[in-house]
Amino acid sequence: MFETLGERLEGALSRIRGKTRLTQADVDEALAEIRRALLEADVNVGVVNLISERVGQAAVGAMSSPSLTPGQQVVKAVHNELIDVLGQDTYRIRFASTPPTILLLAGLQGSGKTTAAAKLALLLRRQGRSPYLVAADLARPGAVRQLEILGEQAGVPVFSEPTTPVEVAIKGVAEAKRLARDVVIIDTAGRLAIDDALMNEVSEIQKATQAHLRFLVVDAMIGQDAVVTARAFDERLELSAVILTKLDGDARGGAALSVKEVVGKPIAFASVGEKLEDFEPFYPDRMASRILGMGDVLSLIERAQDTMDEDVAKKGADRLRSGHFDLEDFLEQLRQVRRMGPLKGVLSMLPGVPKELKNQEIDEGEISRIEAIVSSMTKAERKNPTMIDTSRRARIAAGSGTTQLQVNTLLKQFRDMNKMMRQMGVGPPSATRSRAKSKRKKRR
Amino acid sequence: MESLLILVVLFIILAFGLALVRTRSNSNRRQIDRTGRTEVEAKTAEIDRQADDGESATVAEIAPADGPLTEEDDGVRDGHSEVGVLEPEPNSIATSLSRSRGPFASLFSRLRSNNDGIDAEEWTRLEETLILSDMGPSLATEIVAELRNQLGKSPSASALRQALIELLTSKFLATTRELQFSKDTKPSVVLVVGVNGTGKTTTIGKIASLLTVAGRSVMIAAGDTFRAAATEQVGVWAALTGVEVVSGQPGADPASVIFDAIEHARAVGSDVVLCDTAGRLQTKTNLMEELKKIRRVAAKSSGEVTEVLLVIDATTGQNGLRQAEVFHGAAEVTGIVLTKLDGSAKGGVALAIESQFGIPIKLVGLGEGLADLAPFDPEAFVAALLGEESDV
Repeated sequence: MFETLGERLEGALSRIRGKTRLTQADVDEALAEIRRALLEADVNVGVVNLISERVGQAAVGAMSSPSLTPGQQVVKAVHNELIDVLGQDTYRIRFASTPPTILLLAGLQGSGKTTAAAKLALLLRRQGRSPYLVAADLARPGAVRQLEILGEQAGVPVFSEPTTPVEVAIKGVAEAKRLARDVVIIDTAGRLAIDDALMNEVSEIQKATQAHLRFLVVDAMIGQDAVVTARAFDERLELSAVILTKLDGDARGGAALSVKEVVGKPIAFASVGEKLEDFEPFYPDRMASRILGMGDVLSLIERAQDTMDEDVAKKGADRLRSGHFDLEDFLEQLRQVRRMGPLKGVLSMLPGVPKELKNQEIDEGEISRIEAIVSSMTKAERKNPTMIDTSRRARIAAGSGTTQLQVNTLLKQFRDMNKMMRQMGVGPPSATRSRAKSKRKKRR
Repeated sequence: MESLLILVVLFIILAFGLALVRTRSNSNRRQIDRTGRTEVEAKTAEIDRQADDGESATVAEIAPADGPLTEEDDGVRDGHSEVGVLEPEPNSIATSLSRSRGPFASLFSRLRSNNDGIDAEEWTRLEETLILSDMGPSLATEIVAELRNQLGKSPSASALRQALIELLTSKFLATTRELQFSKDTKPSVVLVVGVNGTGKTTTIGKIASLLTVAGRSVMIAAGDTFRAAATEQVGVWAALTGVEVVSGQPGADPASVIFDAIEHARAVGSDVVLCDTAGRLQTKTNLMEELKKIRRVAAKSSGEVTEVLLVIDATTGQNGLRQAEVFHGAAEVTGIVLTKLDGSAKGGVALAIESQFGIPIKLVGLGEGLADLAPFDPEAFVAALLGEESDV
């Protein structure tokens, strides 16, 4: 989601990056571009002014410094500034010494509280906790039922009763204690920050339950109002942290920067997909890297660890290194990678992938076809594709529902790939690094 | 294209294979020192650290911190105990937006007391105030430039205000904002689409009420078969308005649910079918394909699709433009419903959307009551955005 902000900044900075002499005009132009990029990403106006001011100061310093690359210094100043604003540390839930730890979720209508509550419950359950969900959103029709269904999917019990939100919360906590659950997650109704009656209600819930942690759920697509909303909720609830939802869209997520800077509350979790498991701790440093176009390698690797069989991955890598990467390995790896989800998503997280490639529409059907072709070969054929003659080719095409031409193209491309990889020096680790470098060079 | 794909696949395999292998083989490397390391080193170190911990990072990062909670427990604000009574009257744009009049009001009062005219700094303020309404930097810059051009260097505050009102109002291009219904085909079909959480289902309930009151017979198609309990939610609204709902099983094909509803409506002679759809982020290609299919299937039914309403949350920032663009591309949006305008957000992105794509804003959502849906009135919107003259 941050890619576009990264790209915009990249564009703004590219003109001064290599300059050995900076003029005031250069700096002004770059600052104006940076300002615009941030505003388009919905970073709050006040925060944008702060950032450009600080970067401006750094730029003035760079202009007068004897350094050979003042342009680089400005670029670095922008990067540092973003990392500063987002913060370095990952939020950790501090569990109460006497369970249950009570978590209260609040936010505007439609920010995704109910879904976030269930996702958080699943995350905690997977960490060995025994969470308990309390459905205190009695305002939206169907909200309780929604949480019940999601709770069931997450394997977490849900409490509710048709009384009042405050009462539901109190009883829910009591029930959690009785059942010896160690975390209680209270889902509340969406409310507008300026709606005094409902804001009082959420204060009441907080007072009655003494929730240890209060999370504000914020839609990543929110605009300038993010700051107003976060402030208002913070005043009432003294927020502990923020949960950012719908990060799987293409919002540039200025809200993340703004809320952190203005209200000073860290972003604890990010919701990154429609499935219950698409919920993860928010890593500010990774997000900063993502803004700066470094890709989101660490999240990717984490997902890989969850879904991929390490031995298979290692075997594939070994085969690649030794130069014996055949179609059998290819198929195995392809299946692994596909298990991680749509390739486009995976691709967007990789650093150094050229923009053109990232924006390329990836046709999953095409990939399925490739998989079908390779699957239709015998083991021997996969190990030694040269043995594939006309009749074998016809059989493979028939088996995979493709044409002989498509089979041929695939075989040829696989040969080319192998050749290319050998040229890129896929081999022992040292060679790998130089490959990574050359790939990056190519991007420029 | 095919070769490209293979390349991609292999890149990924490579990246993973190597990353994982490195995790294994160099597992003795030291802790991270992020500052002063190259990107590659920092990443490698991070991976190593995870390997050292012997568990996945997710677990490591949120694992229980042992200390007891200290300051957390006294965090209760001194909240007021009395809960206010909800307004029975439907909300209007003016009362809703007036709550958020602040920035413009203070800008103009400053300008008024400042007799020296408007300097560069004040122009910047004006631009920032416009941006605060979420209309986006491009439109704000454009508006300020036009005003400066039109008014010269130092106009009076009241001339500026008047010109701003006119200019903003002129950005709303649409000539008609009425909901369209078919004259000769029954039923007219209204598709309601949008990203997650904008208020599609609530809007459907409100439109149902509006149309029922106007004497039309309405049916609701519960086309959100994805979200848990979405059908129940729409059912509650339907019950409130006395409208029939046609729904399918959870996970059913939304296009077929909607098709069935339209055919059923035709059979029983309903005038309008309001079709709820699941929230979808515009980046999800498969879900946008599903939407195209819904649109196609609805068009093939015996009803006539007269409206495709895109519901946009007034708190949305510049992403609203993307939403409009992509949804319009997939489903030929005929109008915008701007919801949650009763909050502190000003909904400026709607102005940007209409001026950029020419999609008319047709309705605004102003509260949680059945009657809190109003036709969009550009003049009232702009007036409310800037605040009343007397407030200045």
